[in-house]
Amino acid sequence: MVTKVRNKNKSLLKVNNLSVSFDTTEGSFDAVKKVNFDLKKGETLAIIGESGSGKSVTASVIMGILTCPPGRIKSGEVLLDDIDILKLSDSDRRKLMGSKVAIIFQDTLSHLNPVFSVGYQIAECFKVHKNLSKKDSWKKAVQLLERVRIPNPSRRAKDFPHQFSGGQRQRVMIAMALALEPDIIIADEPTTALDVTIQAKILELLGELRDERNMGLILITHDLAVAAEISDKVIVLNEGKIVEKGITKDVFINPDHDYTKQLMDSIPGKITKHKKKKSKKFSDPILEIKNISKFYENIACDNVSFNLFPNEVLGIVGESGSGKTTISNLILRLASPSNGEIFYHGKNILNFNKKDLFNFRRKVQVVFQDPYASLNPTMNIFDIISEPWVIHSDFLHKKLYQSKVSDLLISVGLQPEDAIKFPHQFSGGQRQRIAIARALALNPEIIICDEAVSALDVSIQAQIIKLLLNLKNKFSLSYIFIAHDLPVVKDLADRIIVMKSGKIIEQGLVDDVFNFPKEKYTKDLLKASLSIENLIS
Amino acid sequence: MRQYLSKRIFSSILAITGLFVMVFFLARLTGDPGHLYLPIDAPLEVRKEFSEKHGFNDPIYIQFGKFLGDLTDGNLGYSLRKERPAIDIVLEAIPVTLSLAAVAMSIALAGAIIIGSLAAYRPNGIFDRISRVVSLTAASAPDFWVAITAILIFSVSLGWLPTSGIGGVPYWIMPIGILVIRPLGLLVQVVRGSMITALSSDFVKTARAKGVKEKVVIFKHALRNGLLPVITVAGDQAAAIANGAVIVETIFGWPGIGKLMIDSIMQRDFAVVQASILITAIVILSINIIIDIAYAVLDPRIRHK
Repeated sequence: MVTKVRNKNKSLLKVNNLSVSFDTTEGSFDAVKKVNFDLKKGETLAIIGESGSGKSVTASVIMGILTCPPGRIKSGEVLLDDIDILKLSDSDRRKLMGSKVAIIFQDTLSHLNPVFSVGYQIAECFKVHKNLSKKDSWKKAVQLLERVRIPNPSRRAKDFPHQFSGGQRQRVMIAMALALEPDIIIADEPTTALDVTIQAKILELLGELRDERNMGLILITHDLAVAAEISDKVIVLNEGKIVEKGITKDVFINPDHDYTKQLMDSIPGKITKHKKKKSKKFSDPILEIKNISKFYENIACDNVSFNLFPNEVLGIVGESGSGKTTISNLILRLASPSNGEIFYHGKNILNFNKKDLFNFRRKVQVVFQDPYASLNPTMNIFDIISEPWVIHSDFLHKKLYQSKVSDLLISVGLQPEDAIKFPHQFSGGQRQRIAIARALALNPEIIICDEAVSALDVSIQAQIIKLLLNLKNKFSLSYIFIAHDLPVVKDLADRIIVMKSGKIIEQGLVDDVFNFPKEKYTKDLLKASLSIENLIS
Repeated sequence: MRQYLSKRIFSSILAITGLFVMVFFLARLTGDPGHLYLPIDAPLEVRKEFSEKHGFNDPIYIQFGKFLGDLTDGNLGYSLRKERPAIDIVLEAIPVTLSLAAVAMSIALAGAIIIGSLAAYRPNGIFDRISRVVSLTAASAPDFWVAITAILIFSVSLGWLPTSGIGGVPYWIMPIGILVIRPLGLLVQVVRGSMITALSSDFVKTARAKGVKEKVVIFKHALRNGLLPVITVAGDQAAAIANGAVIVETIFGWPGIGKLMIDSIMQRDFAVVQASILITAIVILSINIIIDIAYAVLDPRIRHK
């Protein structure tokens, strides 16, 4: 498709035949394999892939920030206005970075320098590229903050990154990328880890700025819904290779490659439930939460009441700061409520003595969000899974540890041989399986999953949800499933509680809440939560 | 932050008070000053008179009461030896030590920041390897031996520098040089470690993506973050020098606080011991408070707590 038209439709960026490998002590592996794509003015290209697919490495190459070694560009060219930036000297390339092409990173807390004010960090762009005076750069920084709708920009410019919320920090990052009016903005997972309503606003802002300045936007994401929302064309990366590319709508409606199909199938919110609606009213609840409140410096949880029935999945959704995790901590008695009562099989757990509490804890287990942080890196899998039995020494005889660990590993889809390995030898999804095996070790009645799949790739997410559902039936468990991602909860939960600012604002059966939300906040949440069906329909 | 600092100052005053009481009693455990002040064959009456005159015969609690009484008048007692107010003697000695410490620490810190940062820029590169060997050697060098060897080479054999004494620039070179070696070696290692972490941080990537020059990336973006642990160690080292660069002061004949303290302990010159410990303690606690302030200046996250 080499046309010699010299018009607005000329490519801003062309990546030809790019291959990147990493040299490690265990040999070199190819992270990016012969990748080709181009980007035109006003266009949005989504690069989709799961962790390790090479999407961020590609971005690093374009931005000239790939760490070499261990990274090595094996072949290819990156043409920016027909100049191959890979062939430029460092100082020539630096002149383009930030001014022609700029990047927005995901984890804004670590990507903004904690010791400089945000105004300074934005103003620095002008100092570096335009040689503007301190005063003028600052003025421009304030204007940019205003443009990305940071309230009170002239005062806020003096504040430091940690004084902003996640969504605001992302806006600061966008302001910084925008500073020199680049032709291209690369957004590397710009909305990951943000609440759904904020996610929607950030995407809206990006789209608006793209149209306003007729920029090219490259959106790197693992979230298919985000890609569907904003992109014109899409490439799907798997293990460093482009497996599919095309117009976003076409790719999403008619995926060609098996991997894309698999990705599309893993999108949460699609599992068709053939649940028989058991009448749960007749069984007694395992857990009754009655009017609990918890006050820290502010109200974390305010007069919350709900029940959990046997073999039920109760979803708790809400944005950060809505009090979801506080409830989990109160049930686990990691914190004591300021008011209210919690009954477990009719007994108030707040009156439990040490022995009662010890036995209660056996029955309630928890799976945390970050499987990288929740497993002790110095313990092998056998020690991790068997540790609960060491603590609850009457539960199982030492001789039986080995066979029970093997059983548990098999039931979460791992091999008995994995017991001698250490956490770093597993992927994120496998680690979460280990954390689940550990939670199952004491035959609990209740497992609290606190954002247990939020940090995982979509296809892995789907696998873990399936696993949780299987285990629920096999061991007759009840789950309290805490999440900010509504589609995930839709797949898994029977009933759902929507929280906001520490209060329950709506609860009911999942289908009722999703299909006929009563409260405005729930409607907003549902609307903000991106779904591909909107695009396709 | 202000509240934290005032708390910190209050607890420092408490610590100084405790230290003071302890020093008063411990000093008197070293024995009777009369034995050292009077000639060996001094008759008993003279000894009695000496003790009587200086109040060493009184029960210790009375001596302590007197001492406290004097203290409230701002009087730290008289030196037996020099027959001058002890505080005057100490205040003459402390600037000598402090200027030694300040110059030595400034050089060590500046050198360590440059060498450590460059070493951290390419870990395991040739510069890093050399600086690692050299800094380890420097950190473990026995200063007593280095000082004497330096005198032998630079003063005795080459005749370039004076052997000892206080005066112009040539007099400073060797004492400062010796005082710099150990903190420099240690600080290079600390800077290297914290700069490797800082340089691999995500915000460094952001700065590079903005097109910021490498020099600015290292010495502005990374260094400001990498300095926090360095300051802790540097403060510790500065306190150690302020506490008396005893060896260097003795070898090079510098009339600093370290030498004064050793001499007055040997002579059982209680008033001078007490005064010099009080002043040193104030200096060290001030250094610690300065470190706290430096932390807050460097890191807004601490400032806003």
